Amino acid sequence: MIPAQQVVDMVLAEAARAGGVDETIVMVRDTADAALRWAGNSMTTNGESVQRSTIVISIVRSGEAAKVGSLSSTDVDPAAIPALVAASQQAARSAPDARDAVPLLTGSGDPDDWDQAPAATGADAFGGVAAALSRGFEGSDKLYGFAHHIVETTYLATSTGVRRRFTQPTGSVEINAKRGEASAWAGTSTPWFVEVPVDDLLAELSMRLDWAKRTVELPAGRYETIMPPSTVADMMIYLGWTMEGRGAQEGHTALSAPGGGTRVGEKLTDLGLTLYSDPLAPGLECTPFVSVGGSSETMSVFDNGMTLDRVDWIRDGVINALAYPRAAAAEFDVPVAVPCSNLLMTGGTAELADLVAATERGLLLTTLWYIREVDPTTLLLTGLTRDGVYLVEDGEVTAAVNNFRFNESPLDLLRRATEAGIAEVTLPREWGDWATRARMPSLRIPDFHMSSISQAQ
Amino acid sequence: MPALLRPATVPIVTARREVDADFLALPRHELAAAALEAAVAAGASYADLRIHRIANDVVHMRDGELETAVESREIGLAVRVIVDGTWGFASNAELSVQVAAETARRAVYVARTLAPLNTERIELAAEPVYRDAHWVSSYRIDPFEVPTAEKIEVLGEYSSRLLAADGVDHVSAGLNCAKEQTFYADTYGSSITQQRVRLQSLLNAVAVDAASGTFESMRTLAPPTGRGWEAVRDDEVWDWSAELTQLPELLAEKTKAPSVTAGPTDLVIDPSNLWLTIHESIGHATEYDRAIGYEAAYAGTSFATPDQRGILQYGSPVMNVTADRTVQYGLATVGYDDEGVQAQSWDLIRDGVFVGYQLDRVFAPRMGEQRSNGCSYADSPHHVPIQRMANVSLQPADQDISTADLISRVDDGIYVVGDKSWSIDMQRYNFQFTGQRFYRIRDGRLDGQLRDVAYQATTTEFWNSMEAVGGPSTWQLGGAFNCGKAQPGQVAAVSHGCPSALFRKVNVLNTRTEGGHS
Repeated sequence: MIPAQQVVDMVLAEAARAGGVDETIVMVRDTADAALRWAGNSMTTNGESVQRSTIVISIVRSGEAAKVGSLSSTDVDPAAIPALVAASQQAARSAPDARDAVPLLTGSGDPDDWDQAPAATGADAFGGVAAALSRGFEGSDKLYGFAHHIVETTYLATSTGVRRRFTQPTGSVEINAKRGEASAWAGTSTPWFVEVPVDDLLAELSMRLDWAKRTVELPAGRYETIMPPSTVADMMIYLGWTMEGRGAQEGHTALSAPGGGTRVGEKLTDLGLTLYSDPLAPGLECTPFVSVGGSSETMSVFDNGMTLDRVDWIRDGVINALAYPRAAAAEFDVPVAVPCSNLLMTGGTAELADLVAATERGLLLTTLWYIREVDPTTLLLTGLTRDGVYLVEDGEVTAAVNNFRFNESPLDLLRRATEAGIAEVTLPREWGDWATRARMPSLRIPDFHMSSISQAQ
Repeated sequence: MPALLRPATVPIVTARREVDADFLALPRHELAAAALEAAVAAGASYADLRIHRIANDVVHMRDGELETAVESREIGLAVRVIVDGTWGFASNAELSVQVAAETARRAVYVARTLAPLNTERIELAAEPVYRDAHWVSSYRIDPFEVPTAEKIEVLGEYSSRLLAADGVDHVSAGLNCAKEQTFYADTYGSSITQQRVRLQSLLNAVAVDAASGTFESMRTLAPPTGRGWEAVRDDEVWDWSAELTQLPELLAEKTKAPSVTAGPTDLVIDPSNLWLTIHESIGHATEYDRAIGYEAAYAGTSFATPDQRGILQYGSPVMNVTADRTVQYGLATVGYDDEGVQAQSWDLIRDGVFVGYQLDRVFAPRMGEQRSNGCSYADSPHHVPIQRMANVSLQPADQDISTADLISRVDDGIYVVGDKSWSIDMQRYNFQFTGQRFYRIRDGRLDGQLRDVAYQATTTEFWNSMEAVGGPSTWQLGGAFNCGKAQPGQVAAVSHGCPSALFRKVNVLNTRTEGGHS
């Protein structure tokens, strides 16, 4: 493959040569990917890949209106570039007006790292993980799981002079351990697979399987429940996905207010929690500029290259911001707010163990699964507990409990939470395919609604 | 009784199509030779090469205005090898002889690196060799020969029909078209070229009550299909005119409908809803890789374990479920799977008893079967083929029982139409579904809509409560583009056919009270 920077230059040169459109945006993403998967103490499907996607966005202006054509291709043959550009330009010329049209950003010059080659990864990245896993495979517990490393380098340029480059590493290790009918899960995110604490994960799993030596059957109902950070992350990520400003303004999301307008300004909790995204969050750094091939209600192709700032979606317990690309922000006269690929929430000072110790009788969850929206008016979500629900009595875990189906809204969970633990980096279980960068606290919910029993182990 | 939307009955003529010339022009056999020879030379006992090209066009509109239109084209090659009984896989975006050979050597390297951690030796079920086989799916108008502008125009015109109606405040519309082309070759000698098309179009109408801060929505029921543009552009395949005319009135009725009373309730479930329950509670539960734990850490396992085959009373005696990769217009329909196994159809549940699994070439011999039933699929050139779902369908009754006949058997119950929310646990026991419309049944007749309805059950209890299935005239093919499985996550499209069916005493929830709201 020719270097990505050369593809960028060729696309912009071809667009200028062909003419017929007013502006061009090009994004080249070079991706290296490696994966390990195991089941029943044996490797199953493993592999590595090298990929490139080239996205060409053409824009035709007419006064303040603009038409957009967006094409994405993974063809790495340079000879394919003229056809890709021509198809993008043709799509723009024949498109109706885009409703998110604003002027493109401008810039000058290459960033310092522009000429650097993309970072790479491969099966060798898993050396330390594989060695630790082999020790686990020799034990009596059955291990299942997945380790994944993706290194994606994005080169973005516009015909108006913007040039941005970023390398996004994404990595995770998750292990499910089974002993008889007991099942436990532990996982961690790890951007560069450096010093992955697999032995610690295995020790934690063993401890949780020990907790399951005693089992108790509990009926459906409302229980005082400690949600550990992974479960809080899964619920708050869904909340984050619904925080588009336009839908709330138009009256058809859970963030719409009675009488019109939005719920921005509504106090959800006295716990002083702040839910935010921040591309510069230490340890959870993510692409710090807009880089999208198509527009949505939260992102716009016209904003490509725009620096992403920290956004406090909830600040000190009060709904503070909804997502608006530049065009929507101007339409509704609100600040621009665009999410990045991490989500964090502040918390308290108590460790998870402290929350357990302060519990007279309640449930401690491990992870949540198959979360889906039931009622968009209240953001009621359903889902299952998975791989470990534990009974806490007099400050100690005393048994494992059956799984449950829950029906809960993340908004209502924040409204009812009575305590938050210390925020820590966590791996969301349900949304971990897309969202591995999260820092969340544990939450104590006095009356978590377990709608029915799940027989699943 | 409101009119029940059904596909138009106009005879469909499907043209005999060929694989696109530009895909046939790729150096398929040269790349295969390079990869397979390099793999064997590096020590592989088996290797296959897959050249995979996927075109995807997506259009989203909101209130008749274009939100986004993106055309995506993906191509690459993948090499899978067995070295000393261990899988290795590698892929690359570049289609050159040199890269194909190097990718094969990388796959061998991956296998060798991980072989010490493998305790289950890979063996493949035998399959006849298919040399230079070709297969193309049944569609008439290739959606990728239709300009994006025309797609936007049709979607916009459909949106405007809804927006013009009283009570509709907002409309979102989406179109997703895909064309998948593969060339497969293996060291046994098979070489197979295939092409298939699928598309899905949905419109969602929203009514807002700004004063109370509430809203209600209703979506079209046109299912995704393995047809071409003819399924969307007019009423040839689906009666869009009737559905778009009726939807605003149905939505208005729903906004004024009373909230449901929770409790055990008789349900007549329309195929537009039941297909998804089949998908989750039968389709995934009868995947053999799940049943033996391969998805334990992610998608989950299954209560339908191998020791239950031939014994488990999955459902009532009227329950007969087949799997196939052959049904016309099916989203999982192919000529051959991604391991070169010819498409087949077979029983999963017969007279209510669990009898079969979905398999690939690795799992067939582990289950004691001589041959795979052809369920291998990878959604990208950069993903490993895994066992994926065939078209899993509930068979109709022999006699032609109508949906109205089923409704007439219910004194007090609910008729459920259209899918919406879905969730099931990781062993496929406990599920919960909602829908687009819920009609109260009183004394065998429909009596207006209800709202805030969900039904929740355990799989075998639910299917054993099925008293009757509708006849062939009620059978309809539904499905999804977005079935997820495996790590890294893979997405597959799959169809499910079913008749209307009658269930007794299913647990119905009120979603408002479930959420603690009055």
